[in-house]
Amino acid sequence: MTQVQTITGADPHYNYGYLDEQTKRMVRRALLKAVAIPGYQVPFGSREMPLARGWGTGGIQITAALIGPSDCLKVIDQGADDTTNAVSIRQFFARVTGGRTTEKVDEATIIQTRHRIPEKPLREDQILVYQVPQPEPLRKLEPSEVETRNMHAWEEYGLMQVRLYEDIARFGHVATTYAYPVMVNERYIASPTPIPKFDNPKMDMMPALQLFGAGREKRVYAIPPYTRVRSLDFEDHPFTVQTWDKPCELCGSRLSYLDEVIVDDQGSRLFVCSDTDYCEEQRQANASEGAGA
Amino acid sequence: MNELLHSSLSGAQQPILQVERMSRFYGERVGCQAVSFKLWPGEILGVVGESGSGKSTLLRCLAALDQPTQGDILFSEQGEWLNIPALSEPKRRALMRRAWGIVHQNPRDGLRMGVSAGGNIGERLMDAGERNYAQIRRVASEWLARVEIDPDRIDDLPRHFSGGMQQRLQIARVLVSEPRLVFMDEPTGGLDVSVQAKLLDLLRALVRDMGIAAVIVTHDLAVARLLTDRLMVMKDGFVIEQGLTDQVLDDPQHAYTQLLTSAVLV
Repeated sequence: MTQVQTITGADPHYNYGYLDEQTKRMVRRALLKAVAIPGYQVPFGSREMPLARGWGTGGIQITAALIGPSDCLKVIDQGADDTTNAVSIRQFFARVTGGRTTEKVDEATIIQTRHRIPEKPLREDQILVYQVPQPEPLRKLEPSEVETRNMHAWEEYGLMQVRLYEDIARFGHVATTYAYPVMVNERYIASPTPIPKFDNPKMDMMPALQLFGAGREKRVYAIPPYTRVRSLDFEDHPFTVQTWDKPCELCGSRLSYLDEVIVDDQGSRLFVCSDTDYCEEQRQANASEGAGA
Repeated sequence: MNELLHSSLSGAQQPILQVERMSRFYGERVGCQAVSFKLWPGEILGVVGESGSGKSTLLRCLAALDQPTQGDILFSEQGEWLNIPALSEPKRRALMRRAWGIVHQNPRDGLRMGVSAGGNIGERLMDAGERNYAQIRRVASEWLARVEIDPDRIDDLPRHFSGGMQQRLQIARVLVSEPRLVFMDEPTGGLDVSVQAKLLDLLRALVRDMGIAAVIVTHDLAVARLLTDRLMVMKDGFVIEQGLTDQVLDDPQHAYTQLLTSAVLV
């Protein structure tokens, strides 16, 4: 870890950012198209990466295509900066770019994420890169790719509503809690990736650029800054997010998304912020308040 | 003469569907050739013939599931004639969802088997932009009752239904959006006789109530007799005889039709 951080230049055995320049160009062209048509899935020539498909290769390729010497990268996995996937991807980019990495949202210019959007609001000069396992929100309902493309093209989205209908019919409420489908710019339905629906409202009119990469499925899509993102619902069953009875047991925040953590084999549980960076910041703020008083 | 009769029967001034010398070739082979007919609102047209005679090809072309090689299919929409094969895809798909319905022979082709009965019926409403859950629910249970399925089973999956119930569910799913024209391909195929009879009764009542025009493809002359106003007999891709159903069945002119009617008791 420390060894990697002390490397000042990129590993000379690799091209800057791992991918060759032509590939990065191809990815950036696909991304430009994606930004031009918010929510539309753009095919791209997904490359082999030095980790298994389905582990974030789409997000990594986008990051590799965008990252430059002035960038500072943060990688989130399930909200945490210290899990295997996050640490490995951060180390990977530190090695192939020699660039700066961080765990702080404020310092980052590119944030690659899996399963969460940071609790802290993002800024215009930041880019949020999502790792996407399944870019097609209609896939579970309509197995044919030809048909789903037609449905997107002609805006035939009744089927998506059927999925929500089924949830209410079976459970009395919309039981979908993650990968909750969104309408982007009132035109394309897109998958927000497996983020909890708690994070869906953050996507709406977000100042930062949101990019989505699916390496295995070979698709990218985007939500430009300040774009309307609406979670689907029924008039009489409006969209709601998860709530908790208790605040985070480490930092006391009532505003964040909480993870349930089993702490022993007696069944004791702890509800703590899933965003580790946010939790840490809250605790420091609490401590300095306490010290000041 | 025929035309006058029909327009006076249904009270409509204009046919809803007009097919002019429509042909579909598969390379050298003939699917169906030079088919022409008119269909008035509220009228049920039967298409009979042996297997391979081009019935299903004709239906697929009419329902825009396939493109005819030649000829026109004109559909009357708000006083305007739309040539279906020449329409752009989005317009055609919109029309298919709004103004038409297709009842498949196998309910599995027409239903979403992983979606509950209520969801199956509600899909077309949601397609049309309905976003009120309670309203969708209400219409779905009404339709279940209309096709004689216990509304208590609204949340059951179609795979837990019997074959006859699946077929009735499919009909409800198609008719809920109140289409003006319905295509049916052997709607009673694969059902036993008593269930068939019930289904026919139901279909006849619904179609008559709603004033829907329908094209029904069948090889079963009894179904044709019970359900249709007018009949087309097909052989080797050609329409060899057409007229009022009773007329065709009781006094067949063409040798093949004579053979067909004498082969079964109706």
